[in-house]
Amino acid sequence: MNRNLKWRFLLIAGISIVSIIYIIPSIFGPKLPYWWKKPLPEEKVHLGLDLQGGMHLVLGVKLDKAIENALEATATSLKDGMRREGVIYDYTKRVDDKSVEIRVVKERFVTQVDDVLKDYYNYHISYPYQGDRTKYLLTLKPAEINLIRKSAFEQAIKTIRDRIDQFGVMEPTVAKQRDDRILIQLPGVKDTQRAIALIGKTAQLEFRLVDDEHSVEKALQGDVPEGSQISYERSRDKVTGRITKKPYLLKKTVLMTGEVLTDARMQTGEYGNAHVSMAFNKVGGKLFAQITGENVNKRLAIVLDDNVYSAPVIREKISGGRAQITGSFTDDEANDLAIVLRAGALPAPVEILEQRTVGPSLGKDSIRRGLQSLIFGTILVLVFMVIYYKLSGLIADFAVFLNLLILMAFLAFFRATLTLPGVAGIILTVGMAVDNNVLVFERIREELDLGKTVKAAIAGGYDKAFITIIDSSATTLIAALILYQFGTGPIKGFAVTLSIGLCGSVFTAVVVSRFIYDWFLSKTNITKLSI
Amino acid sequence: MRFFKDTRIDFLGYWKWAFLGSGLLIAVGIASVIIKGPKYGIDFAGGTIVQVKFTDEVDFPKIREGLAEIGLADSIIQNYGPKTEREVLISMKKTSSSLKGLSEDIKEILTNLFSEKGFEIRRVEMVGPKVGEDLRQQGLWAIVFAIMGILLYAWWRFEFSFSIGAILALLHDTLITMGAISLTNREFSLPVVAALLTIVGYSINDTIVVYDRVRENVRLNKGENYIETLNMSINQTLGRTFLTTFTTFLVVVCLFIFGGQVINDFSFALVIGVIVGTYSSIFIASPFVLIIHNWNVSRTRKSAVSSEKSRIAAHTGPKVTTSKIAAMKKAQQSSKK
Repeated sequence: MNRNLKWRFLLIAGISIVSIIYIIPSIFGPKLPYWWKKPLPEEKVHLGLDLQGGMHLVLGVKLDKAIENALEATATSLKDGMRREGVIYDYTKRVDDKSVEIRVVKERFVTQVDDVLKDYYNYHISYPYQGDRTKYLLTLKPAEINLIRKSAFEQAIKTIRDRIDQFGVMEPTVAKQRDDRILIQLPGVKDTQRAIALIGKTAQLEFRLVDDEHSVEKALQGDVPEGSQISYERSRDKVTGRITKKPYLLKKTVLMTGEVLTDARMQTGEYGNAHVSMAFNKVGGKLFAQITGENVNKRLAIVLDDNVYSAPVIREKISGGRAQITGSFTDDEANDLAIVLRAGALPAPVEILEQRTVGPSLGKDSIRRGLQSLIFGTILVLVFMVIYYKLSGLIADFAVFLNLLILMAFLAFFRATLTLPGVAGIILTVGMAVDNNVLVFERIREELDLGKTVKAAIAGGYDKAFITIIDSSATTLIAALILYQFGTGPIKGFAVTLSIGLCGSVFTAVVVSRFIYDWFLSKTNITKLSI
Repeated sequence: MRFFKDTRIDFLGYWKWAFLGSGLLIAVGIASVIIKGPKYGIDFAGGTIVQVKFTDEVDFPKIREGLAEIGLADSIIQNYGPKTEREVLISMKKTSSSLKGLSEDIKEILTNLFSEKGFEIRRVEMVGPKVGEDLRQQGLWAIVFAIMGILLYAWWRFEFSFSIGAILALLHDTLITMGAISLTNREFSLPVVAALLTIVGYSINDTIVVYDRVRENVRLNKGENYIETLNMSINQTLGRTFLTTFTTFLVVVCLFIFGGQVINDFSFALVIGVIVGTYSSIFIASPFVLIIHNWNVSRTRKSAVSSEKSRIAAHTGPKVTTSKIAAMKKAQQSSKK
């Protein structure tokens, strides 16, 4: 073997061996022996959701709501501030999606109001009535709006990631999409509805007093007293599955929120009924003791996302820094509720923009069908090549085979995802991969027609076909790359396999099959080429 | 084995027939899209689909009744794949952004009707209107960018006339495939767009191979005139064209037959595209190169004549580029004939 051949041989052998090493884990799966796992890769080819089953979700975070919340909070804190300064005011309220309005009774409070307002440097302050200093308009600065949106979005992603981690899904994906969408992929998830409920629940926990001074019945007829509102307790009958709604009249004032929680756990009571027990931090513990101490014999409602879970009567001051949520839970529900409370509330509600779920049986079906078409297609192409090009066809077949090997190894190595369209991409690669060999073979035939020797014909064939191979592969690659750029999930998988297949087929046709010819020529002195 | 050896078919002689045929096909396709309206799948239009496999014979009226009960009377219920699979696709325009989606309602009502063991929900897809709109835009841009990218590459590597021919061939393939999809009542979905892009890639691949030969033959000064050079190039690459088309066709048909319902529209588009893509490289892309070439030649000849006049008038050296000289020579040759 001359030097040149030797180097090429080493290159090809090296690539083949590395490819095989990377494919073996995908074939043997968990049955890999221990001595393999230690030094060698055990990364398997990653199957997409459409092949292994699972759920793909795109959630939209309603960031406008986060701004609304911030404005509402400002309106409330303004009230406190004015009370502190002794300002008599008519109202402080959110007026649109970026401002809060204050109206004081008389202009003589100017200095006090200015004193309160100097803390609100995030707002641009203006006076709707020129010269009249009874009305103030606080408008959020654009930079501040962006900041709120951004941090709410980050917070939402973090919270959702925490929830999913605690839910226990293997290899989940949580990723940003644009600046207000979250892409979530949960492979192998079976109870999709439960997963959605867990991920998407806002989980705004509030402790509020029940308004026992007014009657619920009157309120239901439309006579809702100032400072109170109606909320419902929804409970499901375990036997009939029917949902009943029980109305409560609650004070609007929120005494405490879930922010003070340090822990939440599902626990099972004496009668086997599940409940969630919560632990508060220091501040929360003190606050809770104060609230319960001041309101003995009143009812304290535990409200989550505007649903009343329970409203027990406060018997005595509770100072242990713990509380319980009881209700008609199943174990799963209590468990999920504990997870959600632990991970914290979403800063803004979310909505489902896109949902794609594939059941495991359909995934298996798709794998089977994909493999079937791959095997049939490949066999047909391989057989045809041998019929048409005889021994040279065999060389092309080897090139196709090696190309498939490299493709699979590449997928495993780069942890790329194999999807059903991805399998189609592989199949297409087989059909198109022979193309580069065909280009060469046809050229060699032409050269032979011109009466050249076998050696010259092969050299000439490769030289002349080379530029065509590059041009035709490059243009197809352009289309594939653009597809990758624009595609989603499964389609990206198609673009990946197609692109790798294209590159691999250039390598196998230009380097590998050429090497086989050259090696043959160096060994034997043939005068007639089997092509 | 060798199917095409030393063929001398006058492909360009058929260009009028080819254009007529292609024009008709495109017209029929466009007419179908216009008359039926473009049929978007839920990827692009937004909506919900639920794929259900039943254990027993599918009871369509019962399903329909159940759906009507929960206010989904206008859903479309159809067999998915062969009847023996007992698989049904329920699709509706409605979407729900709330956490308890429509699919959950459907599952509940089906459980009431057929019990839990009587069916299995195998796939749910819900695409909200916002996302649908985005995906539609993305799909369109993807095709536009792919065509532009290829145009630029072909322009860089070949002549401008070549890239125009290539792009027209691509448009031709895309339009005919879209027409075929509309005619067979299939939907435009993300996989179909992927297939269209693949066809674009495949078709250009084919065209480039022919062009490469033309470029080479022009360089070697083969052929009596431009038509002959083109024809010769097509004939020389005919073996390869046939073979690659055949192997690609084989695998695509395998995909169409065995690949299953989920990617059926995708495979169908590929089957059509492979055929059309090959045809267009020979009968659309090449004739356009000739047409543009002839047009260029007649233009250069005119400007050559006028520049000759101005040279005599001004007695200054003409700025005729080498390519123009080559074109002038060619023009003289063809005018001799």
